[in-house]
Amino acid sequence: MLFKFLKSSDVKTREITSEKTYRGRRTFLQDSVKIGAAAASLAAFGGGLIGASPARAARVDGRKLENITRSGLYDTDERQTSYKAVTSYNNFYEFGTGKDDPARYAHRMKVRPWTVRVDGHVDHPGDYDLDDLIRPHALQERIYRMRCVEAWSMVIPWVGIPLSDIIKRLSPTAKAKYIRFETLVDKKQMPGQSRGTIKWPYTEGLRMDEAMNPLTLMAVGLYGETLPNQNGAPLRLVVPWKYGFKGIKSIVRISFVSKRPNNSWRQLAAHEYGFYANVNPAVDHPRWTQANERRIGEFRRRDTLMFNGYGDEVAHMYAGMNLKKYY
Amino acid sequence: MRIFLHILAMSPALWLMWQGWLLYDFQDNMLTANPIKYIHHYTGEWAIRFILIGLAISPLRHIIKWPHIIKYRRMIGLYGFFYVMLHLVNFVALDYYFDWAIILKEIIKRPAITFGMAAAVLLLPLALTSTRGWIRRLGKNWRRLHRVIYVIAPLAVIHNFMMVKADILVPLIHLIILILLLGYRLAPKPGFSYTRA
Repeated sequence: MLFKFLKSSDVKTREITSEKTYRGRRTFLQDSVKIGAAAASLAAFGGGLIGASPARAARVDGRKLENITRSGLYDTDERQTSYKAVTSYNNFYEFGTGKDDPARYAHRMKVRPWTVRVDGHVDHPGDYDLDDLIRPHALQERIYRMRCVEAWSMVIPWVGIPLSDIIKRLSPTAKAKYIRFETLVDKKQMPGQSRGTIKWPYTEGLRMDEAMNPLTLMAVGLYGETLPNQNGAPLRLVVPWKYGFKGIKSIVRISFVSKRPNNSWRQLAAHEYGFYANVNPAVDHPRWTQANERRIGEFRRRDTLMFNGYGDEVAHMYAGMNLKKYY
Repeated sequence: MRIFLHILAMSPALWLMWQGWLLYDFQDNMLTANPIKYIHHYTGEWAIRFILIGLAISPLRHIIKWPHIIKYRRMIGLYGFFYVMLHLVNFVALDYYFDWAIILKEIIKRPAITFGMAAAVLLLPLALTSTRGWIRRLGKNWRRLHRVIYVIAPLAVIHNFMMVKADILVPLIHLIILILLLGYRLAPKPGFSYTRA
């Protein structure tokens, strides 16, 4: 079975384990502070940023996913951002513009049953129940870097299926040049949609070759558990070489189209947010530098990598393109 | 009254210190997973609030007919300066860790940061000349100098406006308050002389 739900008693066990880890790390940091001088103490303050707390911290709302394949092929071995940080610091304007709004309000969203409409230039259009869309494929874990356009980043162990697997099964026609995604629109479940910050539904898109790239993932989980609502449950896109806003959440519609979709942030400010949105340290956001970033849980900024470090897998798709123009 | 106001004005900073301690001690806190950005927004917000409160005092003493509050204006202004400094220290020390090359580049290259920095720099002489000695020494010029606040406040609000991504609600509220406060000064009001303001 794909989605196996654990009993609530299982959660407690995890909490106890994580508490131990938590204490251990705290002792370690206290020791390091004792040794350090003033400067070291400042750095330790940085280490204390909650993202630096143990990777597998208390998890109470997740449900364990079974039969996950771990090939490790595209995985980074960098330290994973804590579950707490990943699930409490989110941009999901459907629930409010504050970083903590999604964690606070997303529980209002009903994620089962969930239907995804597939339409456009495709052989098998229709309304698919989420399970029918996901079940034919094996779940994989992918540990990816995630670089937000706001110059912060995380390392997240996603669980999902390559988008290419789904696309092949749906079988788009030759007219399909792009793929467009839409997020759920429901003011009752999504309080942030009562305000006109973004023109709802949140819309994103990829060129077909980007969508077929083996890195592109349709995620249903993280840290081995189903996606928390604030992270885009029950189905979201993960495109690790692009800025985080390309990773559209809570997808209800997948359309195969011939024209380039106008993604939401580009609609809002085309001079600041492009269609491609490839992570690129050489092309600044007009209001801030993209040359460096703060990894959540770290104190000092680190250099941002071209294509977020995924150049080997994706650079060929943009050969000859002026990435300053097509940002 | 004065002590009460000091406690009130210090409480946002004390709250921040308390949350910083919780963070340092690995306890649950309100600073989010990106505390430096949180501190940045928090101190910036309070700086603008104090600047706007400072500007509100002169109109308020006529509106609520309580002329005594003018004596707290200097204190409010200095707290505005205090939160601006916290905002700047966070920017320089925590966010960019004294990487002066990048800091200078950002100040020059990003208009939003240019405006913010200009406001902060202009505020410095006002804070330095807020002592009794300087007020006496500068005489009439003191009042003239402190009119620079009418440049600083719009710069700060514009800076705030330019920094937000999509949700302009908060800077819009600041802007409306600012327009009301400046508009009140321009509106003709029979029976009052505003040279003392």
